[in-house]
Amino acid sequence: MRAAVIVFPGSNCDRDLAVALERAGADVTMVWHKDTELPKGLDIVGVPGGFSFGDYLRCGAIAANSPICKSLIEHTERGGYALGVCNGFQILTETGILPGALRRNANLKYICKTVGLRVENVETPFTAGYEVGQEIDIPIAHHDGNYFVSDEKLAQLQGEGRIAFTYTDNPNGSVADIAGVISKNRRVLGMMPHPERAADAGHGGTDGVAMFRSLMDQLATA
Amino acid sequence: MKARVYVMLKNGVLDPQGEAVRHALGSLGFDGVEGVRQGKVIELDLAEGTTEATVIEMCEKLLANTVIESYKIELG
Repeated sequence: MRAAVIVFPGSNCDRDLAVALERAGADVTMVWHKDTELPKGLDIVGVPGGFSFGDYLRCGAIAANSPICKSLIEHTERGGYALGVCNGFQILTETGILPGALRRNANLKYICKTVGLRVENVETPFTAGYEVGQEIDIPIAHHDGNYFVSDEKLAQLQGEGRIAFTYTDNPNGSVADIAGVISKNRRVLGMMPHPERAADAGHGGTDGVAMFRSLMDQLATA
Repeated sequence: MKARVYVMLKNGVLDPQGEAVRHALGSLGFDGVEGVRQGKVIELDLAEGTTEATVIEMCEKLLANTVIESYKIELG
C-alpha cells in the first residue's frame, strides 16, 4: 500500500497518521501543501488533523484551496482512496469531496475526550474489520465537529449507506449523531474522531487499528 | 473601490454562538431579545473596475461555505 500524508501549516496529527499507516504496512510519503502533484502510483492520501492555517475564515477552508488539494480532488475523481481525520474531514467537506459541513460544537466547547462510536456500515474498505453495530472507543479533539447536512441530503446518505460511524452519545450536536461519512464509491472516508490516536497500547486504546488493517487488506492486493 | 461581504449562517442552521449571545443578553437583564444570529463581515479593497460577478465568485469559492452559509455583497 502506497500512502501519502499531506502536511499543511498547522497540521499536528500528520505524523501520528503516518505512523498508524506505516504500522499497518504502508509505505508513506509526506507531502507539503504547496506541492502541486501527489506522488505517482498512490493508493491512499491521508488528510490529517490539526489547525491548518490557524482555522482562519473557516476550519479547512484555506487548506481546501491550497495547490495540493487540486491534485487530491483529481486523485479522488480517478477513484483513489482518501482518509480525512478531524481537520482532514473539514478539508474534505470544504473541497466538496464529501458532502455537508462541520459547524461549531453545539455547546460551544472544545471537546477533547474518548467517545463511543457505533460502526454503521462495514461494507467499506475502512470498516471491513469491524462488525455492524460494534461499539468502539476513539478519541475526539475538536471545536467544530458538529456535522450538518440538509434533510434531503441526510436521507440520501442514509439510503446509500454512507454513514460509516455514529456517536453513541452525541457530544457535539451532529445531525443524526454522524461521526464519519463515506463517499458514494466507498473510497473516501471523513471522520471527526481520531483512529490514529487509538492505534497503540500506549495510546490507551487500540480500537482504531482495525481500520488501518482493513485498508491494508484492501489495498495490499490492489 | 471597496466591497463588504456579510456572511451569515443560513436560516434553519442552528447558530450556537448566536444562542449563547442571546442567553448572555438575557442574563444582563435585556428582556425581549427573541433571537440572535452571529455572522462575519469581510471588507475587501479591490482594484477599480472589479465586477460584482468577481466578488460573487470569491464568495462561492472561498468566503462563504454555501452548504451552511449565505452571503450578501455591498459594493461602494
